[in-house]
Amino acid sequence: MQYLKKARLVLQDGTMYEGTSFGYEKSVSGEVVFYTAMTGYPESLTDPSYKGQILVPTYPMIGNYGVPIDKREWGISKYFESDRIHCTALVISDYSSGYSHWNSQKSLGQWLQEQQVPGLFGIDTRALTKKLREHGTMLGRIELDDSPVPFFDPNGSNIVAEVSTPEVVEYGDGDFRVVLVDCGVKYNIIRCLLRRGVRLKRVPWNYDFTEEDCDGIFLSNGPGDPAQCGETIAHVRKMLDRDIPIMGICLGNQLMARAAGAETYKLKYGHRGHNQPVLQVGTNRCHITSQNHGFAIDDKTLPADWEPLFVNVNDGTNEGIRHRTKPFFSAQFHPEASSGPTDTEFLFDWFIENMKQAKTKKSGK
Amino acid sequence: MKKEVNKILLLGSGALKIGQAGEFDYSGSQALKAIREEGKYSVLINPNIATVQTSEGVADKIYYLPVTPEYVEEVIKKERPDGILLSFGGQTALNCGVELYRKGIFEKYDVQVLGTPVQAIIDTEDREIFAGKLKEIGVKTPRSIAAGNMDEAVAAANQLGYPLIVRAAYTLGGLGSGFCANEEELLKLAASAFAYSPQILVEESLKGWKEVEYEVVRDCYDNCITVCNMENFDPLGIHTGESIVVAPSQTLSNSEYHKLRSIAIKIIRHVGIIGECNVQYALDPDSEDYRVIEVNARLSRSSALASKATGYPLAFVAAKLGLGYGLHEIKNSVTKVTTACFEPALDYVVCKIPRWDLGKFEGVSKLLGSSMKSVGEVMSIGRTFEEAIQKGLRMVGQGMHGFVGNNIHIPDIDEELVNPTDKRIFAIAEAFDRGYTVERVHEMTRIDNWFLERLQRIHRLKDELSRYTWLSGVHAALLKEAKQMGFSDFQIARLVMKEDRRSLHERMLDVRAYRKKLGIVPCVKQIDTLAGEYPAMTNYLYVTYNGEENDVEYEHDGKSVIVLGSGAYRIGSSVEFDWCGVSALHAIHKMGYRSVMVNYNPETVSTDYDTCDRLYFDELSFERVMDIVELEMPKGVIVSTGGQIPNNLAMRLAGQHVPILGTSAESIDRAEDRQKFSTMCDRLGIDQPRWKELAQLEDIYRFADEVGFPLLIRPSYVLSGAAMNVVSNREELVHFLGLAAEVSKEHPVVVTEFIEQAKEVEIDAVAQNGEIKAYAISEHVEFAGVHSGDATVVFPAQKLYVETMRRIKKIARAIAKELNIFGPFNMQFLAKDNDIKVIECNLRASRSFPFVSKVLKFNFIELATRIMLGEQVEALNKSVFDLDYVGVKASQFSFARLLKADPVLGVDMASTGEAACLGENYYEALLKSMVSVGCTVPEKNILISSGPTHSKAELLEPVRMLIKKGYCIFATSGTARFLREHGMEVTELHWPDEEQQPNVMEYLQQKKIDLVVNIPKNHTRRELDNGYRIRRAAVDYNIPLITNARLASAFIYAICKVGKEDLAIKAWDEY
Repeated sequence: MQYLKKARLVLQDGTMYEGTSFGYEKSVSGEVVFYTAMTGYPESLTDPSYKGQILVPTYPMIGNYGVPIDKREWGISKYFESDRIHCTALVISDYSSGYSHWNSQKSLGQWLQEQQVPGLFGIDTRALTKKLREHGTMLGRIELDDSPVPFFDPNGSNIVAEVSTPEVVEYGDGDFRVVLVDCGVKYNIIRCLLRRGVRLKRVPWNYDFTEEDCDGIFLSNGPGDPAQCGETIAHVRKMLDRDIPIMGICLGNQLMARAAGAETYKLKYGHRGHNQPVLQVGTNRCHITSQNHGFAIDDKTLPADWEPLFVNVNDGTNEGIRHRTKPFFSAQFHPEASSGPTDTEFLFDWFIENMKQAKTKKSGK
Repeated sequence: MKKEVNKILLLGSGALKIGQAGEFDYSGSQALKAIREEGKYSVLINPNIATVQTSEGVADKIYYLPVTPEYVEEVIKKERPDGILLSFGGQTALNCGVELYRKGIFEKYDVQVLGTPVQAIIDTEDREIFAGKLKEIGVKTPRSIAAGNMDEAVAAANQLGYPLIVRAAYTLGGLGSGFCANEEELLKLAASAFAYSPQILVEESLKGWKEVEYEVVRDCYDNCITVCNMENFDPLGIHTGESIVVAPSQTLSNSEYHKLRSIAIKIIRHVGIIGECNVQYALDPDSEDYRVIEVNARLSRSSALASKATGYPLAFVAAKLGLGYGLHEIKNSVTKVTTACFEPALDYVVCKIPRWDLGKFEGVSKLLGSSMKSVGEVMSIGRTFEEAIQKGLRMVGQGMHGFVGNNIHIPDIDEELVNPTDKRIFAIAEAFDRGYTVERVHEMTRIDNWFLERLQRIHRLKDELSRYTWLSGVHAALLKEAKQMGFSDFQIARLVMKEDRRSLHERMLDVRAYRKKLGIVPCVKQIDTLAGEYPAMTNYLYVTYNGEENDVEYEHDGKSVIVLGSGAYRIGSSVEFDWCGVSALHAIHKMGYRSVMVNYNPETVSTDYDTCDRLYFDELSFERVMDIVELEMPKGVIVSTGGQIPNNLAMRLAGQHVPILGTSAESIDRAEDRQKFSTMCDRLGIDQPRWKELAQLEDIYRFADEVGFPLLIRPSYVLSGAAMNVVSNREELVHFLGLAAEVSKEHPVVVTEFIEQAKEVEIDAVAQNGEIKAYAISEHVEFAGVHSGDATVVFPAQKLYVETMRRIKKIARAIAKELNIFGPFNMQFLAKDNDIKVIECNLRASRSFPFVSKVLKFNFIELATRIMLGEQVEALNKSVFDLDYVGVKASQFSFARLLKADPVLGVDMASTGEAACLGENYYEALLKSMVSVGCTVPEKNILISSGPTHSKAELLEPVRMLIKKGYCIFATSGTARFLREHGMEVTELHWPDEEQQPNVMEYLQQKKIDLVVNIPKNHTRRELDNGYRIRRAAVDYNIPLITNARLASAFIYAICKVGKEDLAIKAWDEY
């Protein structure tokens, strides 16, 4: 067995957890967040929304099925949510050095090393989770070799700019032309849209799409505080005066709200997991959703022509909004899942339907 | 519009049997709790008197009656419920419900079926309809093609591709079925299959595929959740009830997990279930291909396991959904603030391991396969797989100490790995010892490499520990790693302290002291359904070394009272002890103390987190109980309500100054230790059958010459008579001594004189300060020689001399005084001509405590608990002469599941459950309870094969009554001759090994016989074999079978004397 190095996770309040390094050996810092999903570490690690965060899965044994062999489909990776690991570090209880899966090619540790991301195991992640639950999300840092780096707050800067596409990329050749505003888009959003016959134009977060000739606009997920994306919000605000269907997910939901004039705020410790129940307002339909967000829309600040679309049954926070008359809606959770339950994928069908109706209206005129 | 539902009938599952065990006490109890919470009136039918659900305060009305359409209809007629719940009582309740539905009973009495519609149940029960239903929504099931000749078989094979399974249709026990890898094998197998059956099924083989299950819930608004998924450690081919199972799945990627999850939801929606269902999949280990192999549209063993594994109260929620709630309208019972419409997140792993008792059955195959043979299960919790599996292997309670460190030798590991028995996991350990690689073990077992890698980690650590000889050499990091991998102090002591000659217990105490000195102690974690995201309001706990911090803040106010549970259900220890434990918990809580339970059986009510104030779902080992005692610092520990496991811990706990509540550990030892007990009896002038504890063969022969045959042979410290046997001659003696010595080398053999034709009588009692405060005397229908757990028990005793009763009381009083008993105890006696001999004494609650408590309507355990907590109690002022009814408890056997086992009764216990009913008189109660365990009243034809002379004589009068009643009697040659000599007209049937017609086998196969009475005779080989074939055929063709002359006689009297109109449909409180 190879020599394993001891390493520490130190929280802002001085709490220290000692573990063993199984990833890349360097000191890093970020925001420490826990997530309760039991599967899907390859998807989560590559989810750009985790940019700047030290990820703590509550499920204790991680790495069981290794890391999938990467293939490309539609010009993007088939099994990952982006082209690299985005979180700052991974902190777990127990690491499966022996992995097993028909589609795996390397261990999680190997992958972390390749991607230069530190990983720690042997931490009481339940104790850590309870601490974050009680005190709220905290900054933390991984210390290796007594050369700590200063604490870093990813919400204090515009990290969307770091994960967004630097250039315009086009995908597919479907009937609906959609502009995808990439604030750190997960590939499965692209897959979900392409599967439904969409021709996609993926644009940088600050790209001015207001003059684009298109059938729909899609606001992607992404990391950090929505308030940092002033430029995107300004563009969206312009589009709200028009009738082109818009759909948003996660950060996209928050951007939509801010564009409409509502406020967003930081949750104590966010929602990160696969089991969040959201009720469709005005119905008895309750969906199990995949979530990953630290900020939420303040319902009370929604303008009169907007209404809540979904609400979290556990804590009553907003989980989505829609315009009362126009084809604009967004969800705080992840209908594209990956990882997580796929129960709300129908939202993409709503979007397609909105575009279809808008097209018919237009040709009818 | 639907009418309002105010009164709800719930069908229970009856007696415990293989495949349908304690989990339905849990689900029924939860459903009844949900009904009560809604302020609705509940009526329960369940003859399983030992369950918690049939106790006071759970249902509003309880009927101890058979769960059969006839009885249920009568109850419906009387109670006129508005609604009925069918999915909480296993297959028994479901089948009964479907039959009532088909007969139009629900319509007739305007009873609404709550939850899943009956049609949906029918759709899932029929394989073909179901496959069709799934095809409609594009869901895959195993491909199967019927073939009527060889050409069709080959064509089918070519269509499906090899490997394949060939099954002969319409045969029993898999005759003519098998696996074929190519056309050559197919031709061979199909030829033999066509010999058994005109049609064969050619099916694709899914051998080696992963087996995965999902528990899905749906409400009336079409909201769906999956509560849990589970992965079988053993690949497809081994029944899920026979597999080690982990939750959540470990080797499935996100995409696989959610693919199967969404298919499960698609299925539950399409079938239209409201409530809970279980979907079982086969998953290709080399792709995402899958097949649905089974769907259960009801609460199942798996759903009970899922509830315990996640903390999600599935049965409770399913009942609420049946009452019309939406999932989002129900609160999560753990957090009390979040909703029940969510999917639990686990931050631990659970491991379920079956418990088999195959050693107790003559002739049964030990190979694991597609039918279930295990009698119970354990669930272990850890934060690594290693920790969970090692805990679990200890919990099973068959002398194993974990994955490694056992004294077990598998003669042929290759055979064991390829064709697994209940010992396979230990064969894997031995394979690693012999240098097999993970890959090689995988090739042979098809167990996923991930599990094997983890097991190999345990193996490597064992090797590392074995390098040390002295404890002090083992450094802290290694010791901690060992504990994190689930090694017990015992394992460490055995592996390290090899040269220490003291007892392992002493060595283990050294390990404990050493690691505590190093600060290596476990911590306590909560199961909260949300992986820590929300605070839990309940205390559902487990103990782990993979953590630094306790989730519980201890009060240390001396108010905790720990009750030790009974562990895995097994033959001899079952739901009765769960009832005892739960009764103790309730009493403790009522008296203002904190009730703390330690148990690990997922099929129980005692492991429901709302049954006690704190639940440790953990081991009942000395080590773990000590850990918990050190954390809780309790007022004391109750060891007398959980059967033999806690009882056996008493001395060792007392040795560490743990306060044992109730009778002292020294007294317990004086009753358990045969020698000490016997000396005491001699001194008190209490008679016992002559016995000797002997280690030398010649001493045994000398003793045999002295007292004569038959003799009873057994080792000490047994619960259900393991390795106990009666020998009637020297040859048998020699044979059985060989077997007994294997069971326990450390304990010498006990040889006892066996008294024939003696009555067996039991007393269950509670004493304080050595004075009896309550007692119940019951008698067995069978003569001594049938294990008390298999016997049919009557309470109050109906046919005992007053003199006998008086003597028994006197003896019990003397013993209670001598041992200064505080709490429950039980004694068993032989009575012959008013001669009373003591055969057993246990200073703990016995199997019959719930039975006598409920018949007497006085809870013996509650009284015992009050005594153990120091309250001064009054003696029970209720005489059995005040009862104008009788209770009879009958035993349930599971021979149908145990292929080839000989269904006879002996001194070793074989029953898996029991049922008890009340009646106005002995015969009425007996009849109801016999029907409850599947012995239905015969229509017309009865086969008598009456065995030895005294049995023939015993059955003479009963047969005369049957003939008078108009029954047709069939008999084998000797019996026929005997009956004819006594002037009775009978039809003779030829023995199975005779070619002549009419033959008994033909009559059984064609189900022309409604009841078989076959009394085994210990004589010639030929008769034994013939008898076996008759008994086995009765079981295989589902024909009621009685093998004891006394019971047969009583049953025949009952069917002749009690008419349908005499069967009272009375609730418990109406007696």
